Amino acid sequence: MSDAIIEVKDLTAGYEDNVILKGVSFTVQRSEIVVILGGSGCGKSTLLKHMIGLYHPPKGDVLINGKSIVHAEGEELQSILRSIGITYQSGALFGSLTLAENVRLPLEEFTDLPSDAMDLIAKMKLSLVGLEAFTGSLPSEVSGGMQKRAAIARAMALDPQVLFLDEPSAGLDPITSAELDQLILRLNDSLGITFVIVTHELPSIYTVADRVVMLDKEIQGIAEIGSPEELRDKSQHEWIREFMKREVHPA
Amino acid sequence: MAIFGHTCRMSTATEEEASYRQEGSVVHLSGRLDAEGSAQLWRTIFQRSRKKHEAVKSIDASEVTYCDGAGIALLFALSRQNKASIDKLAPEFQKLLDQFSSDSFDRPVDPPRKISAIEKLGMGGAEFGRDLYDQVVFLGRMSVVSVQTFFRPSLVRWGDVWRIFEKAGVNAVGIVGMIGFLMGLIMAFQSAIPLKQFGVDIFVINLVALAMFRELGSIMTAILLAGRSGSAFAAEIGTMKVNEELNALKTMGIDDARFLVAPRMIAGIIATPLLSIYANLMGLLGGFIVMMSFGFPFAALYRQVTANVETSDILSGLIKSVVFGVLVAGIGCLRGLQTKSGATAVGDSTTRAVVSGIVLIVITDAIFAVVFYVLNF
Repeated sequence: MSDAIIEVKDLTAGYEDNVILKGVSFTVQRSEIVVILGGSGCGKSTLLKHMIGLYHPPKGDVLINGKSIVHAEGEELQSILRSIGITYQSGALFGSLTLAENVRLPLEEFTDLPSDAMDLIAKMKLSLVGLEAFTGSLPSEVSGGMQKRAAIARAMALDPQVLFLDEPSAGLDPITSAELDQLILRLNDSLGITFVIVTHELPSIYTVADRVVMLDKEIQGIAEIGSPEELRDKSQHEWIREFMKREVHPA
Repeated sequence: MAIFGHTCRMSTATEEEASYRQEGSVVHLSGRLDAEGSAQLWRTIFQRSRKKHEAVKSIDASEVTYCDGAGIALLFALSRQNKASIDKLAPEFQKLLDQFSSDSFDRPVDPPRKISAIEKLGMGGAEFGRDLYDQVVFLGRMSVVSVQTFFRPSLVRWGDVWRIFEKAGVNAVGIVGMIGFLMGLIMAFQSAIPLKQFGVDIFVINLVALAMFRELGSIMTAILLAGRSGSAFAAEIGTMKVNEELNALKTMGIDDARFLVAPRMIAGIIATPLLSIYANLMGLLGGFIVMMSFGFPFAALYRQVTANVETSDILSGLIKSVVFGVLVAGIGCLRGLQTKSGATAVGDSTTRAVVSGIVLIVITDAIFAVVFYVLNF
């Protein structure tokens, strides 16, 4: 029996009249790590933003735990949003709050935990991303990579079932990036968190991804879905095999 | 053996209960330790542990069926507080717990240093001094740019000047006109009654005209522009600084004072006197309407104004408005350039632009009042 946590059904994604993706359908299984991949401008981030309900698609639907995030409103939408965590490319931390306060914010809004419990959880989440020494720092006082890690800690504050990460490794050094991959695997393994990740980092993809959804700008949709190794070795498209090997053949 | 217990009825789909009970020195935890269950257990456990019960030596977690971040925090806090061991936690949760070492959380955190009142005063003084220094340096840079652009007007981005003039000047016509009109109207109304008691209510229009031309037209326009355009300049340049656009300008060898500040200052210098004249006329219109409603003919009021308002009255207001234009645009741009990083910093710059702008306008106006009095202007 299928245990899909996310179902993308015949989705048309874009901004106003500018259609970027058409007829996109795929499912993400519970506890799976799916990477959305493709060339620049193929609509990876756009697809992600439709999946998290930031944009209303002209056509199609996105179901999370069987509930449509496209059509949900009010309390139902809130409950869907509470079950997912999102990290944006820029981190999008609140500049007036310290890193710990940023992580505490969702706990304050959505749980009845006592203040000392929230403090401890915020510190633990930050220590997971290696920032336990910066709990009292403002986002402007830490580096871009640290801001991104703090954003991941904030996204994990409520232990969501699904984490959407938009370019999590961008701006991180290879060691921190590899540590982040291990963190993703650990959270996936221990808590069964499902991950949907937009990234270009091939080493990360081979480390974490169960499946890769490869988007193609030309066909405005999904070119192929498979494990990273399948796409690298057995893809029907030569460009995908090259892409997955990071090889460029001059025309 | 003492046995204490607590159970939380959870509203989870599986209806598992987060609960704990203490048997002697052993605490047994069971059920779903998620945010909801942990929140309820947390208060009970830690309130109880403050009441001097038997010390906890070990925590039996064999019946914990689910444990997320909140549950891990509960186990960690309980174990750390009592220096107790956690036993039989399922391996998948144990892995999560193992990521946290007590050492890193026990490390003493330096308390924030308290700053004494004298220190605060000193820091405030130093800040004021630095700001004054920045303003002088900025004035110097703008003087250099003024000389450069005077001899080579092509250095100025005139397209930007007109765009900014339109936004800061033309688009402000409505609000400046309305406020000017209402000020004239209110002044006439407020002064008409007391002056009527002495039979000199014809002089109300003198009061309105002189007050608007000499003082209120220019100062009111400048304050409106400080709130409307000075803040916009600070926010625009501040956001550019946050986005590193100013660094891009510098590394391209482009002087930000010429590129960004000069067009805004020229637009401010043109817009403020024009808007002041407009505000003066609208104020006068308001005064005329009130006086005519009291039965004074238009010709009498017109004669009264032309006979009593001298060229020096009009010029003094205009001279001030030119200076106010420089101040509003200059301080808006300076605050924008001084922006630190982050969205909050842009907000701070905008506030500082408006506050400094208004303070400088009032101080400058006071200086002008003394100078004009001494010069009998």
